[in-house]
Amino acid sequence: MSAVTPAAPVSVAPGERVRTRTLSRRARRRKVQRAVWNAVGLVVFAVLVFPVFWMVSTAFKPTDEISSFTPTFFSRHPTLQHFRDAIDPQQHPYFWDGVKNSLIVVGATVAVSMVLAFLAAVSLAKYRFTGRSLFVVLMIGILMLPQVGLIIPLYVVLARYHLTNALTGVILVYLTFLLPFAVWTLRGFILGIPKELEEAAMVDGSSRLGAFVRILLPLVAPGLVATAVFAFITAWNEYIFAYVILSDQSRQTLTVWLASFYGSSRSTDWGALMAASTLTAIPAVVFFLLLQRKIRFGLTAGSVKG
Amino acid sequence: MWYRYDLRMAAIELQGVTKAFSGGVVAVEDVTLRIEDGEFLALVGPSGCGKSTLLRAIAGLEDVTDGSVSIGDRDVTDLAPRHRDVAMVFQSYALYPHMSVRQNLGYGLKVRRMAKPEIRRRVDEVAELLGLTDLLERRPAQLSGGQRQRVAMGRAIVRQPQAFLMDEPLSNLDAKLRVAMRASLAQLHQKLGVTTVYVTHDQVEAMTLGQRVAVMRDGKVLQVDEPQRLYREPRDLFVAGFIGSPAMNLVEAQIVSGEVAFGEHRVPLDERRAPADHPERIILGIRPETFEDATFASPELPTIEVRVAVLEELGSDAYVFFQADARLVTAQALGVEDTSLVADSTPLLSARVDPRTGARVGRRLRLALDPARFHFFDPVTGTSLLTSEAPQLVDSVAPAAS
Ligand SMILES: Nc1ncnc2c1ncn2[C@@H]1O[C@H](COP(=O)(O)OP(=O)(O)OP(=O)(O)O)[C@@H](O)[C@H]1O
Ligand SMILES: [Mg+2]
Repeated sequence: MSAVTPAAPVSVAPGERVRTRTLSRRARRRKVQRAVWNAVGLVVFAVLVFPVFWMVSTAFKPTDEISSFTPTFFSRHPTLQHFRDAIDPQQHPYFWDGVKNSLIVVGATVAVSMVLAFLAAVSLAKYRFTGRSLFVVLMIGILMLPQVGLIIPLYVVLARYHLTNALTGVILVYLTFLLPFAVWTLRGFILGIPKELEEAAMVDGSSRLGAFVRILLPLVAPGLVATAVFAFITAWNEYIFAYVILSDQSRQTLTVWLASFYGSSRSTDWGALMAASTLTAIPAVVFFLLLQRKIRFGLTAGSVKG
Repeated sequence: MWYRYDLRMAAIELQGVTKAFSGGVVAVEDVTLRIEDGEFLALVGPSGCGKSTLLRAIAGLEDVTDGSVSIGDRDVTDLAPRHRDVAMVFQSYALYPHMSVRQNLGYGLKVRRMAKPEIRRRVDEVAELLGLTDLLERRPAQLSGGQRQRVAMGRAIVRQPQAFLMDEPLSNLDAKLRVAMRASLAQLHQKLGVTTVYVTHDQVEAMTLGQRVAVMRDGKVLQVDEPQRLYREPRDLFVAGFIGSPAMNLVEAQIVSGEVAFGEHRVPLDERRAPADHPERIILGIRPETFEDATFASPELPTIEVRVAVLEELGSDAYVFFQADARLVTAQALGVEDTSLVADSTPLLSARVDPRTGARVGRRLRLALDPARFHFFDPVTGTSLLTSEAPQLVDSVAPAAS
């Protein structure tokens, strides 16, 4: 699939003038270039998409086809059996608990982080106060710390407040790294909006709050959505912290449930694992698809300059 | 076109307005100024002199550190911008990018809870006035620079405020459009007659648009006058150098027994226009048009002989540049702008002469000059040495005052 199709040779009539010939040569070179770039694009696309494709396609294959030595791209006898197995309470219990727990954790994390981060970002972008730059530096500092190194200290702190094995604890931990990220991103979006827009609204008759709601908010909305999508996906896919903090199976999130497919018996049930992975990925994809049309950047174009 | 503007305009009065920023920068210092009802005041000065800050203080976007602002006999010093009933046109236009032109124009009316049909009617009227009717459903991003500028103007007009505040509204346009917009701005003011404060750093714009012009420097207003008076009777060295293009020649001189001496030249003074009381050394100001090629000038005028260093022939005029053996006060020294390309080039004096002049570069030329149009300044304080009661210059050459 990485084959580069050479551009068809352009025939040049013997009597044609030199200028036309050089032109057509340039056109040909451009054609070749475009073909090469398209091929590169396809390769990158394939590398990115193939694992996902393989996961979904395997989920639908009967078991004997999965373990067969001649791989197939699409199953000839697609089946839903693995999906049934994956969520079968007898074989792999707690699927619906995982869904519920994940939705609670992610929902709370996204909601709280977006509200707090937006307010913090506005004050960081619009107001001067002592310690402002220190605050910004500290936030970036937190983002630079390796998360794995924080597991034990965070666990100790949570244990002291009896928040281990509780969804609240997971939400708090997620907030510790999603909040700085969201504040930082939103601050950038807000700084990108010229302050004259709000000032114009204030001279036009809006109060400070009115200008904020009618001018600033609609203009940062794409930034809010983009940040929320990122926060959702990060929290939804998080595994390590959830695994460490939550010990009861009924309190586990979906990613922890998914991990239980490995090594529980000597042979991994690949079909069920792939089906479970597919199920786990669906909410994040749906959330992204719902919101992606709202992420439109460059909304401030045309407000300033000639 | 006819446009109905409910005249509720008002005078703007500034009393000792001072604005110091937190970093210690005093952007505006003790400005006292009255802008009359219906007047067009141009606020001009070099970059960073505090023009925008003063305008924003009038609008309420900047709290004043000291002093008071009143609009229409109402003290608005502590009022929020929305309660001041003024409209502002920003240099960047600041159009709301997520709204159509119609929504942009109607925004100020909508937030004031005006009835929808009335908003529609007013927006349509203003759009008609400014030729925006066909653009009403577009977004700002789909407009040209000139169209954006008109939308910004329209947004101000449609509210029918007591005063317009404009911060370099034309500076983002290209030169040709700027001249056209300047003319229509003047027309618009004639039609609406709304009190307007217009900030610019372009002295030509200030002189052509302003009924009065206020010259600012380092946060202070140096002189407020009608354009012609500002040009003919600058009360300050900076104003003298800033207003007029090409700039006034400013040269160190001495007054000795009825004569003024600069460099190798001595010119008898006109006793009707001579400083009564002056220090030993002064600064003499001569506008380029005060000179004339002696061949074409009245024979009574005194003359000096110069060596032509540069000759610029423009068809309608010719400019002769020459050296004098005297220290010049340059635009650089006044902090206006750096006009010399060559770092240590000797500054030249400029003289406007008749285009039929026989001047040649490198040759000597006899120039006549009119002492009745000289300016004298104190070299230390920079103030004019001519008392304001001194006879105003009346002469045949200068264009008629407005
Ligand atoms: N928010 C601020 N904080 C601190 N200093 C400021 C602030 N705004 C302006 N200044 C300073 O105040 C002075 C006047 O600024 P201002 O914007 O009024 O100048 P201006 O005359 O409008 O110049 P320009 O022609 O370049 O627009 C400048 O020295 C500027 O650096
Ligand atoms: Mg300015």
